[in-house]
Amino acid sequence: MKYYSLIVLFSFCSFSIAQKCDAVFLGELKDFHDNTPLNGATIFIRSLNKYTSSDINGKFKIENLCNGELTLVITHLACETKTVTYNITGDMFQSIALEHHIEALNEVSVKAVVDKKETKTAQETIIKSGTLRRYSNLSIGDALKEVPGVSSINTGNTIVKPIINGLYGSRLLILNNNVRLQDQEWGVEHAPNIDINSANRISVIKGSGALAYGGDAVGGVIVINPARTILKDSLFGKTIVSGQTNSRGLSVSTILNKSFSSGWFANIQGSLKRNGDFEAPDYMLTNTGLRSNGITLQGGKKTFESGFEVFYSYLFNEIGILRSSHIGNISDLVNAINSQKPQVIDDFGYDINAPKQEVTHHLFKATYYKRFKNFGKINLQYDYQNNQRFEFDIRVGDDRDKPALDLNLQTHTLLADVQLDADLNRKTNFGLMGRYQDNFANPDTGIRRLIPDYDKYDFGAYLTSEWILNETFTLDAGLRYDFNRIDSKKFYRTSRWEERGYDNDFQDIIIASVYGTDIVYGVIDPDASDYLTNPVFNFHNFSASAGVRYNLNENSYLLGNYSLSSRPPNVSELFSDGLHHSAARIELGDLRLDQEISNRIALSYKLEQSNFDLLIEGYYNRISDFIYLRPTGVEQTIRGAFPVWEFQQTQAELFGIDVASNLNFNDNFTWRNKSSYIKGNDLSLGIDLIDMPAFNTINTLSYRNEKWNNFSANLTSEWVFEQKDFPDFNFEAFVPTTNETVLVDISTPPPAYHLLHFYSDVSFNISAKTNMNISLNINNVFNINYRAYLNRLRYFADDLGRNITLQLQINY
Amino acid sequence: MKTFKHLLLLFLSIGLFTACSDDDDPVAVNEEEVITTMTLSLQAVGGGAPIIFQSRDADGDGPNAPVVTVSGPLAANTTYGGEIEFLNELESPAEDITEEVLEEDDEHQVFYSFTGGSGTSFNYNDSDGNGNPIGVSITLASGAAAVGNTLTVVLKHEPTKPNDGTAAGGGGETDIEATFTFDVN
Repeated sequence: MKYYSLIVLFSFCSFSIAQKCDAVFLGELKDFHDNTPLNGATIFIRSLNKYTSSDINGKFKIENLCNGELTLVITHLACETKTVTYNITGDMFQSIALEHHIEALNEVSVKAVVDKKETKTAQETIIKSGTLRRYSNLSIGDALKEVPGVSSINTGNTIVKPIINGLYGSRLLILNNNVRLQDQEWGVEHAPNIDINSANRISVIKGSGALAYGGDAVGGVIVINPARTILKDSLFGKTIVSGQTNSRGLSVSTILNKSFSSGWFANIQGSLKRNGDFEAPDYMLTNTGLRSNGITLQGGKKTFESGFEVFYSYLFNEIGILRSSHIGNISDLVNAINSQKPQVIDDFGYDINAPKQEVTHHLFKATYYKRFKNFGKINLQYDYQNNQRFEFDIRVGDDRDKPALDLNLQTHTLLADVQLDADLNRKTNFGLMGRYQDNFANPDTGIRRLIPDYDKYDFGAYLTSEWILNETFTLDAGLRYDFNRIDSKKFYRTSRWEERGYDNDFQDIIIASVYGTDIVYGVIDPDASDYLTNPVFNFHNFSASAGVRYNLNENSYLLGNYSLSSRPPNVSELFSDGLHHSAARIELGDLRLDQEISNRIALSYKLEQSNFDLLIEGYYNRISDFIYLRPTGVEQTIRGAFPVWEFQQTQAELFGIDVASNLNFNDNFTWRNKSSYIKGNDLSLGIDLIDMPAFNTINTLSYRNEKWNNFSANLTSEWVFEQKDFPDFNFEAFVPTTNETVLVDISTPPPAYHLLHFYSDVSFNISAKTNMNISLNINNVFNINYRAYLNRLRYFADDLGRNITLQLQINY
Repeated sequence: MKTFKHLLLLFLSIGLFTACSDDDDPVAVNEEEVITTMTLSLQAVGGGAPIIFQSRDADGDGPNAPVVTVSGPLAANTTYGGEIEFLNELESPAEDITEEVLEEDDEHQVFYSFTGGSGTSFNYNDSDGNGNPIGVSITLASGAAAVGNTLTVVLKHEPTKPNDGTAAGGGGETDIEATFTFDVN
């Protein structure tokens, strides 16, 4: 490997003096990390066209120098070549530091370092750009399912929320280029705001082992990174165009990278997606189209010793939601469940009407790092995110085009991170995080706020360390403390306030009584329509992790990891208060909720042989005070009766096993398998946890022949079993229009299904610097009708039918 | 360590800019679309005091159940003219939602269904631009004398029109569903 790092010192001395060629330059070469002298380095004196070398003390001497510019090119075994320039005005002494630990230089390496993981002992899987490319026309949630044990909870097929080992939403942290995504992730219908085409590499870390990113990752951490900068003079790019039959969709994405050997770089990336109505095998899924635009800009300068980066990303998504899923009450839900197909089926169209979402996410980040000799690296980062979410319901009259939900979430974060790597066998990492967040719920919607206005303050401090004890043992451990403060202003109906019993416990947080739209401060009047309250919460969270990696031999190892994480309740769990239309239920938060605490133990075995790979990951996650929505009763409204679901806390356990294996029969044929099993129990009530992914096993047989332009053909079988372990939350409802009492079966999962997918691609060179990849992907080859347990629209319609995608990728 | 001093300064500054955040109190939402009150007035063709069927839910989706009242029994074998009114009483003065229903009459329909020994029946008196019923104005035939009959009134938004006359067959989204128990003397 070669490293190029160039440091140019500009000379501002502009006047010349008479030539006197008797100056002496004394140099001393030291290792950057530990200050040890470097002997035997070759020093090329460019102006004299002469060579010299350093002695045992790292010193060298150049005599008879003329005043003026002196350029030295220093090379040393296992060091990067360094070029330095000095302005000689007389005798001079300089100490010059060389970077000796080239293996630690991966940030500035020319060649990609294979599988550089974020963690040492956690269950981590990396999805590389070659795999991500195949999901260019889909979403990040679809791509993440490449990892065994990762599934998704969907609203239709364009709102895809990742699930790691049964947990999702606020229990997962998503980092986009080292910025923790803040995009109202508490909502089940809120997909992460990440443009898959801006991602070059994704790490999925199960559990909360990566403490530098946060202490509340009860489920896991998803680390998304853009393409790494290459420190040489280059200009290259990539364009992907895909067309798909189902939804008649088109997706275009382009990225251009420019870099200089001086360390300066700039990238620009843009993507566009248009989908019309998707289709189930037997009918149109009316109003399920998607419009998405994204732009990413990145620039800065990176050298070994210091660097900075400015990053901006923009993503806009307009997502249609199945027209027939908009219902008004339980009678409508009963109708929908009994009806075998959606009640509204129109001809294909690209129009997106209500119900729909329009979400815009801006992310800006600036970061600076500097390395210090014999110390390590300091990284400072500021980021700002602005998330604007509109949700449009089917409304009447003047309100027709008004959003029903209008939330703006702004987040500022400061991060300081220090990595001590003077001793590469004993690295330490610590840092501080400060965050301020402001949520604004626009009252112009004419609908009560789902989530109140609030200010949130977070402060975090962490320390992690890893020790490479010897060839076989690596240990790591970490500690983290987080403080969260939520300061909100929320309106409560007086009737709800009393029904919740808040008049006994929280009467002191009422700041005003509300009559219609008139607010009278300092008054507590039970006859008012609402109270304005000021709930303030402070949470102190401690999290920790410890793990070990034990290399059994050259091609297998064991990982063991324990992690403790603490997640404070999110704003939805605290404040929800009203009717959730598409679920036909009243959802209630609880101001009394406290943190949930997870203790997770994980054990992995990995075997890597030339023809057989095997990864087995097992885990047990015990969560105290696990927060989840559970039905508790029925309330009558003028729309009819609704079941009430409350956020409650319980003792829960989740355990499971994920297996991935890979068998090469010969150079051409490979068989791959991914399987995962999970079980979740509510220990307090002795029932199963809701929304646990069913056992699934995915087998792929692939043929590859490099001689035929890297031809590949893959046949994949996806077999998802019926989830037999589910809580029975069915209820009986009286439907007055038919004068019958019916059992509303919202719990029973749909039957098992088996789908076949086909994928084939070829790659060839068009010219020396241009190559092309063409791929054909057929999903659900046999156009099978099925419904997935974890698709929230399963009551209303079948899942997607056959989809044929043709994709063209050009690298230049 | 100078660097740490700078870090400390940086973190003190976050306190500064958070301190500048606006602390404005939110304004109360003007709930525009809620229907709190449905009133069906039945006026006997021969005259007399109207019979009022009313469902009133002052706290909207809140925990309190709607108050359902029937002002008195219907007279047997009598024809009544019925007019329905939808109000949002959360606004002041109350907003008449009936107007919005009538403006978008092709997207709305009120469904009526009866049970009990009286054999009470109804006819639609109004129709939208496509000749399909709306149900804001009806004619009701009270039927025979019987106690404990029920009337269920359902207002649907965007039902299939025309439909089979039942709320279930109409599909769409239910805005109101109220059941009244009444006697026919």
